[in-house]
Amino acid sequence: MSEPRLAIEIAGVTRRFGATVAVDRLSLTVARGEIFALVGPDGAGKTTLIRLICGALALDEGELRVDDVAVTREPQRVQAAIGYMPQRFSLYPDLSLMENLQFYAEIFGVPSRQFASRAGTLLADFALAPFGSRLAGELSGGMKQKLALACTLIHSPQTILLDEPTAGVDPVSRREFWRILYGINRGGTTLFVSTPYMDEAERAHRVAFITEGAILSCGTPEELKRNLRGDVVEVACAERGDARRALRSEPLVRSVEIFGETLHALVASAAEAIPRMQQDLLAASIADAKLREIPPSLEDAFVAGLAP
Amino acid sequence: MNWRRVWTIAVKEYRQFFRDHRTVAATMLMPLIQVVLYGYLSSDVRYQPTIVWDLSHTAESRQLLQAFAQSEYFSFKYTANSMKDVVRAIDDGDALVGVVIPPDYAKLLHQKKTPQVMVAVDASDATAARTALSVAQAAANSVAQRLQVRQLRMSGASVREIGIDVRTRAWYNPGLRQEVFIVPGVLALVMQFTMTFLSMSTIVRERELGTLEQLVVSPIRSGELILGKMIPLITIGYINLTTILLFAVFWFRVPILGSVLLLYVTVFVFFFTTLGLGTLVSTIAKTYIQAVQMIQFFLMPSMLLSGFIFPVAAMPPVLQWASYLVPLTYFLTIVRGIIIKGVGLDYLWSQLALLTLFGAAVFATAVLRFRKRID
Repeated sequence: MSEPRLAIEIAGVTRRFGATVAVDRLSLTVARGEIFALVGPDGAGKTTLIRLICGALALDEGELRVDDVAVTREPQRVQAAIGYMPQRFSLYPDLSLMENLQFYAEIFGVPSRQFASRAGTLLADFALAPFGSRLAGELSGGMKQKLALACTLIHSPQTILLDEPTAGVDPVSRREFWRILYGINRGGTTLFVSTPYMDEAERAHRVAFITEGAILSCGTPEELKRNLRGDVVEVACAERGDARRALRSEPLVRSVEIFGETLHALVASAAEAIPRMQQDLLAASIADAKLREIPPSLEDAFVAGLAP
Repeated sequence: MNWRRVWTIAVKEYRQFFRDHRTVAATMLMPLIQVVLYGYLSSDVRYQPTIVWDLSHTAESRQLLQAFAQSEYFSFKYTANSMKDVVRAIDDGDALVGVVIPPDYAKLLHQKKTPQVMVAVDASDATAARTALSVAQAAANSVAQRLQVRQLRMSGASVREIGIDVRTRAWYNPGLRQEVFIVPGVLALVMQFTMTFLSMSTIVRERELGTLEQLVVSPIRSGELILGKMIPLITIGYINLTTILLFAVFWFRVPILGSVLLLYVTVFVFFFTTLGLGTLVSTIAKTYIQAVQMIQFFLMPSMLLSGFIFPVAAMPPVLQWASYLVPLTYFLTIVRGIIIKGVGLDYLWSQLALLTLFGAAVFATAVLRFRKRID
């Protein structure tokens, strides 16, 4: 039997909640061993899509296969094989770290001999070993997150789905968490991660932008940035709000958004647009603005995709 | 059915339950508190505190009062010196009965006239008041009869006292002790309350916590999850049952006349109703608060309709029919039958059959509704 090349196949999947269409005829494939990031604003349908993939929600139309098993026909088989970390992964706060881990191991049918070595490896890798007997409710946020991941991985799944795994985690823990995810991926595990953070998406092999339940664009981060039609102009000035208003009425500017300390304007050609933009800003009595063309970021690519 | 997974859930539930000291205390103590409160507070219609204003102060008036006292329904706690005292004692709730004997009581008796004696009762509790009034009437009649016979004899006539001897029998509870009736009822009530609440909260809490979503995406099946959660609850239920029974027998001296084994078997059947009900509510409610409100909506009428307080036989027909839809009615009948009447399966099989039917229906609906989905 040959190994299936695809970890996840989504073909024309639709899911409605009453009148709203949460996922709309969506198609997507994830290759084995890939880190795949699903990026989109809140309410875009990220969580619904992940729940559909792991069979926690029923789909209305379409076909879904995980490791070549149809989710609609054999949800139990898919659920036994994958690892799923929901957005609000919760541990049992009144059970110890080790008891939580053991609970999931037994639910997933990990033999007790294997459990000892598997748990040992995970706890050592995640630097959780000294806290085995501590109640999960008394762990720090970052440690809880790592324990949740350890519980997700206890049965050595080949494909794991993580729904915004780093939401609400401090930057240091986030970086450590991603270091661990890379380690898992090097072992051959497919990762399907949804995230609202562009910097996390940049670390993925492939990225899909999702909005209103449909895929906007999909590819490697480089492809997505390369496919951006037009140039990005960075505007640095003190009065960003005024500058944004001034540039919005400029016909050459397709969109302008605040990016931290600066503004990013999307234009067809930077060489053509920069002089016009400078005039617009002066007309709005903004004298300190510095404009330059910059290579597009993933976020620029996403915003460009949303722009009319 | 994978028994290892069932056991895993059961072990987890045991651990969580016994680590939560507050819940352990509430679950173990609440039944006892209920039994003690109901056992002591169940109003005993005998020995009602009584205030007497005896204006006659004669041997005759004392004879009448003695007849009252011998009935054991009146306990002469207070003596009054005015009508105001009587009214105040009843108003304040110190006394439930007031007896006033007029100054000319003995004189009228000797003149072969009919003296009037006033018996006033606080009729807030209609049952107790009705009993007190009829007992007072009967006591006075018997005194009057005896006086009449004596007077006839004194006038030289030869009379034999004729009376109808009504022998009363209070079956099953010869001492007419209210606690004998109430305590088995409390047992049934507590079993229903504790079990539905615990089963409901164990599932709703897990949904609120978010861990249910993880279990949905795991190989575990709904039946395994529910069964695993039920095993510890059944243990807790039996611990409760045993403590209540011990308390009933050794503290309240309520004898268990029937088979204790049959009682334990019946409770097992009842578990399916209560645990099924809790599970059913948890499949409908989204939050714990919602679930509590929904379960109260059922528990309250079921307590009133089951015959716990008001006998089903005395209900209007519509409510009688409604009471047959309440599983607690059957359970209560069986529990009282076993404990108070000492009857066995030969009398109770139909009740037990209906209870089993209810349990199976409720539990099956709950398991079917509890799909492994989060929507």
